[in-house]
Amino acid sequence: MSGDGSGRRRGLDGPAPEERPTPAGRRNEQGIRIDPEVEAKQEPRRTVISTLVEHEPGVLSDVSGLFSRRQFNIESLTVGPTTDDDRARITLVVEEPDPGIDQIKKQLRKLIPVISVRELESDAMRRELALVKIDADQPAEVAAVADMYDGKTVDSCPETATIEITGSRQKIDAAIETFEQFGIREIDRTGTTALARGTQSTAAPASTTESTAEAASHPQNQYAPADDD
Amino acid sequence: MSERATSIPPEEQHDDQDQDQDQDQDADATANADGNDTTAGATGADAAVTGDGTQPKPVTTGAESVVRALENAGVEYAFGVQGGAIMPVYDALYDSDITHVTMAHEQGASHAADAYGIVSGEPGVCLATSGPGATNLVTGIADADMDSDPMLALTGQVPTDFVGNDAFQETDTTGVTTPVTKDNTFAADPDRVGTDVSEAFALAREGRPGPTLVDLPKDVTNAETDREPDEPATPDTYEVTEEADPTIVASAAERIENATRPIMLLGGGVIKGEASETCREFAIEHDIPVVTTMPGIGSFPEDHELSMEMAGMHGTGYANMAITHCDTMIAVGTRFDDRLTGGIETFAPDAEIIHVDIDPAEISKNIHADYPLVGDADTVVSQLARAVETSPQATKWRAQCQQWKSDYSMAYDAPEDEPIQPEFVVEALDEATSDRAVVTTGVGQHQMWACQYWTFTEPRTWVSSHGLGTMGYGLPAAIGARLAADDDQEVVCIDGDGSFLMTLQGLSVAVRENLDITVAVLNNEYIGMVRQWQDAFFEGRHSASDYGWMPEFDKLAEAFGASGFRIDEYDEVADTIEAALAEDGPSVIDVHIDPQANVYPMVPSGGDNGQFALAEDQL
Ligand SMILES: Cc1ncc(C[n+]2csc(CCOP(=O)(O)OP(=O)(O)O)c2C)c(N)n1
Ligand SMILES: [Mg+2]
Repeated sequence: MSGDGSGRRRGLDGPAPEERPTPAGRRNEQGIRIDPEVEAKQEPRRTVISTLVEHEPGVLSDVSGLFSRRQFNIESLTVGPTTDDDRARITLVVEEPDPGIDQIKKQLRKLIPVISVRELESDAMRRELALVKIDADQPAEVAAVADMYDGKTVDSCPETATIEITGSRQKIDAAIETFEQFGIREIDRTGTTALARGTQSTAAPASTTESTAEAASHPQNQYAPADDD
Repeated sequence: MSERATSIPPEEQHDDQDQDQDQDQDADATANADGNDTTAGATGADAAVTGDGTQPKPVTTGAESVVRALENAGVEYAFGVQGGAIMPVYDALYDSDITHVTMAHEQGASHAADAYGIVSGEPGVCLATSGPGATNLVTGIADADMDSDPMLALTGQVPTDFVGNDAFQETDTTGVTTPVTKDNTFAADPDRVGTDVSEAFALAREGRPGPTLVDLPKDVTNAETDREPDEPATPDTYEVTEEADPTIVASAAERIENATRPIMLLGGGVIKGEASETCREFAIEHDIPVVTTMPGIGSFPEDHELSMEMAGMHGTGYANMAITHCDTMIAVGTRFDDRLTGGIETFAPDAEIIHVDIDPAEISKNIHADYPLVGDADTVVSQLARAVETSPQATKWRAQCQQWKSDYSMAYDAPEDEPIQPEFVVEALDEATSDRAVVTTGVGQHQMWACQYWTFTEPRTWVSSHGLGTMGYGLPAAIGARLAADDDQEVVCIDGDGSFLMTLQGLSVAVRENLDITVAVLNNEYIGMVRQWQDAFFEGRHSASDYGWMPEFDKLAEAFGASGFRIDEYDEVADTIEAALAEDGPSVIDVHIDPQANVYPMVPSGGDNGQFALAEDQL
């Protein structure tokens, strides 16, 4: 027991907590001082972050480990080679409030094999590929739906048809929803790949100077539908 | 994406002749180069000149190039334990001027290297074999990572052909240590392994320091190479911003000029960035009260009028009042750890925050920075110093701070008829040593009493486990600190009985190497900090916190060959401390303190700093 033989009160002297002045202000859970008038709780938004990395062992686990360790919300991660044999591109779709997106970019930049990190504009080209294996009891109807979504039949047998669909995430979501009526056996999706438009380079040179103001200026919900739908 | 094994060069690759070829070359490409003509050892001539002016022998193996890389970087000491996979490196070390300290446990090696890094400012080096050697290092690596201490760990690994086969003593060391290192590398190429080590050394030191690791498969260190390592340099992908954005500096300066309740909050980054002097000048010039974080202890003299000492969970009441009520906080080199901030909602809620940090990811990570200043602490505080033209008008605030210093004085009771109070022992040790004495600690109540009652005045004299809170840190840290410190600096380890038990095998090292360190165990026969929390938050149920029995540490010390002392009464304190300090080698004082002593003030986890408790009934 905590029994204290001497019975003296232990501790230090001084005004008790309730006798002390207390400040009026407060911070929110993101550490931002809040004006009680305009309580600014930041809502999560979905965005695409493209990173150029050294094509070396362990870099993928460095990146994925960072996301799990720091509890960043990640929706998809794709990785593949680039025009340069020594470089790979990792494209991440994340969903976080602005301060979280900012942290993701900064923490990615800290990884030594990461060469550059860039949050893509809302008009960036984004594509995902899905293979959807469907019961082929009604082949004509399946083909009609596949057509609707510019799908391609890549395999068919008396029992199943497998359709390839390419497009934005929303388009694939919609296609899958429509295919559900036939009975879906299996799905595989690649996750989002993306490039910046026009002459813009997706892999901006490593910029540690990207200001926090830039992130703040992004519109709240910048995941606009992609061009093809 | 290539996995680890796929990037391993074919066995004979070290015979590749094309010495001048870019080292970044893909392994497969160079392996096929047909080879007869080129001059071997093209870079050998560039090898560093040794201390006595002679050219060192050209390297002949991967292991030799590893050791050469350390020598080129100016490494004087390394701490480690031998073992199968690291033997080639140890064999190369045999001929080197680097002094290797053989530790009793790899955890001790990593803590010693960590402390060496803190005291010297240069990365401490530790070595271990694969498997258990590497995993034993992990606690010390994680500790260095949390505290941003410069450290280089070299681990042996099974031969590359065996990697992935669950070979004897195989551990995926880079996998295990990725979350707790600044960077790590699996050395795959004998021609490049020395440069891997050079680069890891540079990375550990540059920018925000931290631990780096190079995993060294035995075939790579055993292989022949004549490739001298490159000089230590960080890779091209590593960028550090030294100077902060001048427009933000200007607006921060204006904010400082107009502050009415300013404080400086100095963190460990001030010490690592060698910015203590500049911060002191700035605070004194503009009469700004100074609070430190725990790792920031020593950045500002605690006996100075402007010092409010340490803030946070067990910080002083006055520091916590100042931090809670300030209107402008100049925070330098701090990551706003939760032990400092308490609950975020109530942390400095009226303050505009000027945050200086070399790591952009620390800006607005936990606390939003109104003035984000990314850059080197010394450079940026100098920029601020040039930009601030008039001192803030804060006479009233300073008077308020002084008032808090007397209202919430740290004065403690030490009744003669009770067991010794720990605060008294810390003060007596402080009194008996010089201002430059180095203090190391374990983790627990004793650590907090050391922070609170030792008056620190110099940077790099406080060596503790802050972010990770590693019991057992104190003794091995004292070993590393001893070798980094000047001869006239005493090294004192203020330890807890529980913490000491975790790593006391290090005494064998201190005795063997005849290291002059003094360990004062504040022995309460308790996992004291846990007991205090149980009394406060678990109705005094002392589950697994009451040792009830402890070995006699003075006798244990003697069994190791160290000098043992014991203190039970107040009137023994001063003389015994003096006698222990007078010993040339290691000494241990087993100080039997009041087992009921508690640490106050205290802000409970997530609590309001301004509402710190001065006694249990206020929790
Ligand atoms: C390696 C490790 N295990 C467990 C803990 C949890 N812990 C924190 S303080 C403490 C008690 C430390 O006891 P002691 O070293 O005797 O110090 P005291 O609090 O009694 O001064 C414990 C178990 C820890 N910090 N580190
Ligand atoms: Mg204890």
